Amino acid sequence: MARAISHRKKMMWTALAWGIGLLIFFPILWTFLTSFKAEATAIADPPVWFFFDWTTENYTAVLERSNYPLALMNSIIIAVGSTLLGIIIAVPAAWAMAFVPGKRTKDVLLWMLSNKMLPAVGVLYPLVLIAKYFDVLDSRILLVVILMLINLPIIVWMLYTYFREIPGEILEAARMDGANLKNEIIYVLTPMAVPGIASTILLNIILAWNEAFWTILLTTVNAAPLTKFIASFSAPEGLFYAKLSAASIMAIAPILIMGWFSQKQLVRGLTFGAVK
Amino acid sequence: MATEHSKSSARFMIAPAVFVLLVWMLVPLCMTLYFSFADYRPMRNTFDAWIGFSNYASFLTSSSFLSSVMVTLQMVAGILLITIGGGVALALLLDQPMFGQGIVRILVIAPFFVMPTVSALVWKNMFFNVDNGLFSYLWKFFGAQPYDFLSQSPLLSIVVIVAWQWLPFATLILLTAVQSLSSEQLEAAEMDGAPGYSRFWYIILPHLSRAITVVILIQTIFLLSIFAEIFVTTNGAFGTRTLTYLVYQRVLESQNIGLGSAGGIVAVILANIVAIFLMRIVGKNLDN
Repeated sequence: MARAISHRKKMMWTALAWGIGLLIFFPILWTFLTSFKAEATAIADPPVWFFFDWTTENYTAVLERSNYPLALMNSIIIAVGSTLLGIIIAVPAAWAMAFVPGKRTKDVLLWMLSNKMLPAVGVLYPLVLIAKYFDVLDSRILLVVILMLINLPIIVWMLYTYFREIPGEILEAARMDGANLKNEIIYVLTPMAVPGIASTILLNIILAWNEAFWTILLTTVNAAPLTKFIASFSAPEGLFYAKLSAASIMAIAPILIMGWFSQKQLVRGLTFGAVK
Repeated sequence: MATEHSKSSARFMIAPAVFVLLVWMLVPLCMTLYFSFADYRPMRNTFDAWIGFSNYASFLTSSSFLSSVMVTLQMVAGILLITIGGGVALALLLDQPMFGQGIVRILVIAPFFVMPTVSALVWKNMFFNVDNGLFSYLWKFFGAQPYDFLSQSPLLSIVVIVAWQWLPFATLILLTAVQSLSSEQLEAAEMDGAPGYSRFWYIILPHLSRAITVVILIQTIFLLSIFAEIFVTTNGAFGTRTLTYLVYQRVLESQNIGLGSAGGIVAVILANIVAIFLMRIVGKNLDN
């Protein structure tokens, strides 16, 4: 009897949770459906749900516009480039702070975090000036460097929390067994550090991909990533719902899939260890 | 000797990260500080390096500053209200026994990964648009007059868009906190006959209070610099000009660098007030 009630309860929770989940997901689902409609169907009154002539013409149309592939390429280069550059700088730092903590390690970590809290708009004009001075306005290298800098505190923090979980005794044991520093790094530390580094890379590619302040304000065409490209749809062209949807789906799909794999890292990476 | 050696190599390993962040923080911020005391309007070829605090005086006393602070506060408060309230409810819901929990979680967190310009444009065109938006059909379906969200309630519209994006973040963090609650305590309370709401009020909510504080602080810091959503939807018109947006307009649109820089410094100071509280919590946690 008790089991029957709990089963019914479970069904009830399932229905409620799925209903709300689908409601929250609905804007993405609707964009997905619209991206396969003809433009006239996209604004049909009443709205058409699943039964229409599915077409991929919007995708081909968007891809044929010379700017879309360029924006996609820029997004990839900027997101991946800034993340890898950040990792190269952050791994040694996080490593040292996790394994050779000093008196000031905590202060350094907190100070790095305080960098992240600086409102971007406070340094907007100096950045424009500096970019102009080095003639890198609207260039990928500028965005790679800036996005690396704004995400570096998060990268260091995430790596630090991962590295701190690697037990120091293991190193001592390896040393006892006669491992030299090179072997220690290759056979002991690297395998234990790789998962943490991979998760950090994943989350930071997502953050860099979606960054929409510097990418919008410091690019025009050449280095404009998808954030900026999509923003240009708010111009008259924005009336083409189906094409807007196709462009949107292509911009978010890869990151959405990566995001689903990085749920746990999201909590770790954006709360700085304040919630466990 | 070995420790001395490892300590110096540790410093060497930390140095590049500290150096780039130091340059990144100091150089532009000092430039902004410098400009904030200058009358600098490149379009009119005006440059007067020192005019004292008059930029601050005119920025702080302008009606656009006061209204931008009000708009910012309303926007942040509205978003926090929806994301915290909805986040607690969703976290408790997702913690219940159900079928396909993993899939529901995926559905719920998806909006966080949608880039701001995409979510803003999708909501603006496909939901809020008065002629072709889904909400207009919904309103008409129930016999109501279609409502032009972005021009009638622009602030609320932006709150809805941004809250949709941040709800997953609050939910995920609160869910982590909910799952760390010991079920024995809850069961004991249930055995003692405590009704659902008092269990929520006296056990669950106090347990979540720390996570809620963290969500409020982190979100506030990110929300204070909302930009793309406003840029794409209203461009700062109809009472949606936040402090961040006002500074952006002063700096890049009207090219009054002095005034905008003073505003930028004000924004930095306001953000720091929130940041101090967050840092305290994070710092405490670092000790244990």
